[in-house]
This record gives sequence, structure tokens and C-alpha cells, in this order.
Amino acid sequence: MFTRTLRKLATVATAMALFASGVQAADVIKIGAIAPKTGGLAGGAVVTQWPNVELWVNQVNARGGLDVGGKMMQIELIEYDDKTNPGEHIKLAQRLATQDKVDFIVAPYGTGFNIATAPIYGKFGYPMIAVSAITDKMEELTQRYPNLFFTLGTTTAFVQGVTEILVEQRAAGTIGNEVAMVNVADAFGIELADRARELFAAEGFDIVYDKSYPLGTPDLSPVMKGAKESGAKAFIAWSYPPDSFGLAEQAIIEDLDVNVYYSAVATSFPAFSGVYGSKINNVLGAGGTNVDDPAIAAYRAAHSEITGKTADYWASANTYAALQILEQAIVGAATLDRDTVTQYIKDNSFDTVMGDLSFKNNFSDTFWSVGQWQDGVFRGVKGSNVEGAVDVRLKDGWK
Amino acid sequence: MQFIDIIISGLLLSGTYALVAMGLNLQYGVARIMNLANGEVLVFGSLAAFWLYTSSQISPLLTILIVIPISFIGNLLIYNLLLAPLVRRSKSRGALEVDSILATFGMSFILIGIMTSIEGGFFAYKYLSEPIQILGSTTSLSRLVAFLIATLIALVLYLWLNKTRSGVAVRAVSVSTEAAGLVGINVPRLSAVAFAIGGAITAVGGALISTFITLDASIGVVFTLKALIIVIMGGVGEIRGAIIAAIILGIVETTVATLVDPGLTLAAAYFIFVLILLFRPQGLFGRRNT
Repeated sequence: MFTRTLRKLATVATAMALFASGVQAADVIKIGAIAPKTGGLAGGAVVTQWPNVELWVNQVNARGGLDVGGKMMQIELIEYDDKTNPGEHIKLAQRLATQDKVDFIVAPYGTGFNIATAPIYGKFGYPMIAVSAITDKMEELTQRYPNLFFTLGTTTAFVQGVTEILVEQRAAGTIGNEVAMVNVADAFGIELADRARELFAAEGFDIVYDKSYPLGTPDLSPVMKGAKESGAKAFIAWSYPPDSFGLAEQAIIEDLDVNVYYSAVATSFPAFSGVYGSKINNVLGAGGTNVDDPAIAAYRAAHSEITGKTADYWASANTYAALQILEQAIVGAATLDRDTVTQYIKDNSFDTVMGDLSFKNNFSDTFWSVGQWQDGVFRGVKGSNVEGAVDVRLKDGWK
Repeated sequence: MQFIDIIISGLLLSGTYALVAMGLNLQYGVARIMNLANGEVLVFGSLAAFWLYTSSQISPLLTILIVIPISFIGNLLIYNLLLAPLVRRSKSRGALEVDSILATFGMSFILIGIMTSIEGGFFAYKYLSEPIQILGSTTSLSRLVAFLIATLIALVLYLWLNKTRSGVAVRAVSVSTEAAGLVGINVPRLSAVAFAIGGAITAVGGALISTFITLDASIGVVFTLKALIIVIMGGVGEIRGAIIAAIILGIVETTVATLVDPGLTLAAAYFIFVLILLFRPQGLFGRRNT
């Protein structure tokens, strides 16, 4: 008897829930987000990608939602873990489009993932504002996939930033012509190192130590010993998160005597300074930000408050800006029609935490390329169309 | 100078590899479980060290003392609840291998999920990363400490397996479960204990390794692969073999990284692995299957 009543109650409850969700559906805008929560890129994605998605959804919904043609719509976020596996991502993207029927998507995390998924997101017409994706093949890609946008710069721009610093320091007499350079042996590191060899050579630099190491190398001490032995006063590493930490650790152990020390991805992570503190003062890295900009400062405060995490000093702000662009494009186009929104993104300029952003040939030319840890804050020193770059300081020991 | 650098760095790296592989050696050699979640157990040890150090400043060396009983009991439970039924129903060693590979592969995802929910980012912290000089070669104190503890564990394991009655029983099980059972050895119980000790060693290894390598919840598979290579190179169930294999791998990788190119370390490691598979498929110290 009792079970029967219970079962009835359950049926009623289910029906009510279904009814409720049916009513809600009309005022909900579904956003899909697929990025790594596990696998090789998870460590980066949980710093740069996921907290910003959380922050944005949270803020938009707290404001009452998005005003789409006079109707306030709350965001419903559907998130999946792609396990850092492109095949998995494509399967899930299919699911987002056909089963969950999301209205818009957040672009994937990682260069390879953005390129690998451009065809499928393009097929369904989703505007795709890529952030964590750096390549020199943008023109070719955006011609083939007109829904794909890039916001974080090109490979060449990143190497250019480093080259400028080397040229300046050589002119100032702090480094010579010799540069020690290492790179992680995957697509990202190889592309950057290849470009660097060309640009460094063009400026007359001599790469006296030039080696690669496999991703996840357990012992980087031979690499650092080799770089130290080369005697170069500039050390450049096109590295990824686990090895950016490992290289810094070895540089401290070996007391690497350089005036310019650069490591690429993850140098801008708060954990980098959290771990090594004052020892990594004046270390250069990919990215940068202007913490003195009021918009950035407000964004960083909200990031800490809502997600409980400190934003990184590079792509976090760009990731949030990309979501702001999507938001303003939906509101501006006043429709959920994806083609109209995509066109709106191409035709307009957007007010974001990174300043006014607009796209030329689907490419936004506003980004930081090199930053430096200066007394606990990672500040931008080189960038494109950004304000507030500070002077480069010399690395002075590892104390 | 370069020679001393290679020997010192290589030996210290061998210590790391020994920590990664000794546990799996016991689990695979004695309990006959090809544990593909080995790396995740290791990362669990790292997570414990990271978490206790960053939240309450507990030294990873103390954490080891907490990790040992927890991972021992945890692995005992895993063996008794998840793996013992597979052992009981398997008709041959080959069948058990397939079953245990699938079961532990699944388990590795559960462990990754649990660890991700605790800490999704990098286990970034610093402990004892002070430079020290050994024979004029610079290295970090944390690596030396890990090496010394690895040596201690290896020594204790070796003495236990070779000088004590229970150790001899364990070796008997690793040679033949049937014969060991016939002479009155409690094979299921001993297998469970060997599996649990293996898990505890792996977790301790993880806690130590986390002091000089920045890990995250998903990185376990890298260590599982290394452990597999070392166990198979050394000979299944042979603690001496695992240690010699770890030393060979450590020295060769460091030599290649220093003299040739760091990019070729993995290639060198797999080249040696292939050589051993070709010319001594039972491993350096392994017995030929009858």
C-alpha cells in the first residue's frame, strides 16, 4: 500500500518536473562547453578555461540573463569533459548539437582541439571564438571555416615578442649573441622553435644550445646542465605546463646564470609564483596582462570571488573576453540564429575586459605576447594593441 | 665532470624509476594482477603529499607514514573486493591477465575521477628543492631523499623476500601458485598481502616523486607505462631485476639526454626494451616459462 502511494507520488513529481522544465525551456538559452577536465591538458584547462565559463554564466544569470530581442533568457550550461582526446571531443560536439541542441558553444581549449573541431562546429553553424589556440595558419583556417575566430595571437607574434626583448637586451649589453633554446617535442613546441630559429637567425643570434625534450620528461637536469654549460646569457624554453615548472625548478637548482629567462605556457599561472615565490622574480613567460587596468582589476576580483581561484595572468582574461563577445553578439543580433550572430561578430566591435575588440578576417589583433613576474605580479611587457606594457627587468639570480 | 653528472643524475633518476616499478613488480609477479591503475595509485600518493603540505604544512616525509597504512588497506580492499573474484574464476594465468587488465583499466578512470574532484589542477608545491653537491655534481636534495628512501625500500624488500620465511613463501607463490598451495601456503591471503604491499610502495613513491615532479590527476598513465617497461625488462616477480632495469633505464636516458639529445631519451628507453624483448624475453632475471 505504502509503496503504491510512493510510486504515485513519484509519478506526480516526475510529471511536475517535466512540466516545469518544459515551461522553463522557452526562456533558457543553452550553451555547450567541452574542454578537458582530465587528461594531459586538464591542468591548464581548469586554470584558464573552466573558471571563466563558470564566472560568465554565473554573472549573466545573476543579471537576469541575456536580453534576446526583449526577452530575458537565463543561460543553461551543458558541460562535458573531452578527456584531452580529440575523438572524444568530436563525439561530444555531435551530441551537443543533435541531442542537447545547444544554441551556442564555448570554443575548445588547445590549438589542436580548435583546429580538429572546426569542421564539426562549422557544419552546425556555431560561431567559434577560439582563445587558447595559437597558430600561423589562421588565414587558411578562417577561410575554410568562416565561423572560426582567433583572439590570442599567432605563433610568429609570440616569437616576435621574445625576439624584440633579445634584440633590446643585446643593444643594452646585458646579453651577447648567444641564446640557449629548448622546446617540448610536440606540435606546439616544435612550431614555436622552428619559427624562433628563423627569427633569431635573422637578427644575428647564435643558438648555442638547441634541444628538444619529450612531453612529461621526468628529469630535466641534463637539459638545464647543457644550457648552463653553453654559457649563453639568455635562456628561452618553448614549454608546456608540467615542464615549465620542471625547468624553473632545475634552473634554481643549477643556479642558471642568465639575464633573460623565458618559459612559455603556464609561467603566467598563479601556481608558478605560488610554488617558487621570489625565486622566479623577473622570469619572462608567454602572455601577460595589465593588472592596473580597472576593467582587468574588476574582472580579476570577480574571478576570485565567484570561482574561488585566482585568474591566470594571460589567457584567462581573453577567455572571459571571448564569452563577452558571444554575449554581446547574441544581445546585439537579438536572435538565437547562429548565422546572424556569426555575422554580427564579424561586423561589430565589442567592449570587453581586454578593451575594444573587433575582428578583421576573423582575427582579433589585441593580445599580450610576453609577460614577466615582477614582485609577485605577472605583468605584460610585449603585446599587440594593448596598453600598460612595463619595462623588461633583468633576471638576477634565483633567490 | 660530465661523466660524474651522468652517473649522479642517472642514478637518482633510477631511484625514481625503482619507486615507480617495485610495487607493480610485486603486484604482477606475486598476485598476478597486471595493475593498469598502478600510475593512479602513485598519483594518489602525490595528491596526499601535495594536499597535506599545502593545507597544513605537513612534510611529505611524514605524509609517507600516513600514506603507507591507508594505501595498504585500500589496496587490500581493492584486491579482496574487485580482483579476488577474478582470480578465483580464472582458469589460466592468461585469462586472469586479460581480466585484471580490463578491471584495473576501469579502476584507473574511477581513481582519476576521484582525484580530479579533489584537485583538478597541478599538484604544484616545493619541498626540499635545495641544490646540493655530490662529487661536484649539482642536484636537488628532494631527488637525493627520494633515492635514499627508494634504496631503503628495495633493501627491505630484498631482505624480506630472501631471508624470511614469509618472504620465501611469497617467492614460492610467484613461481607457481599450484605448487605453493600444495605445500601448505595460503596463496589467496599471500597474494592479497603482496598486492597491498605493492600498492603501498607505489603510493609512497608517488608522495616522494611529487616533491620534484609537478603532477596532475591525469598523469598516472605515464608512470604505468614506465613501470611496465621496467617490470618486463627486469623479469616479472624479480625485485633485483626491477632495480637493475631501473638503473639501466636511468643511466641510459641521462646519457642520451646529456651526450646526444634530450629528445631521444624515450627512443633510447624503448630501444633497450625492444632489445631485451628480442634477446631475453623473460627479462634480465626472469625464469623461462616451462
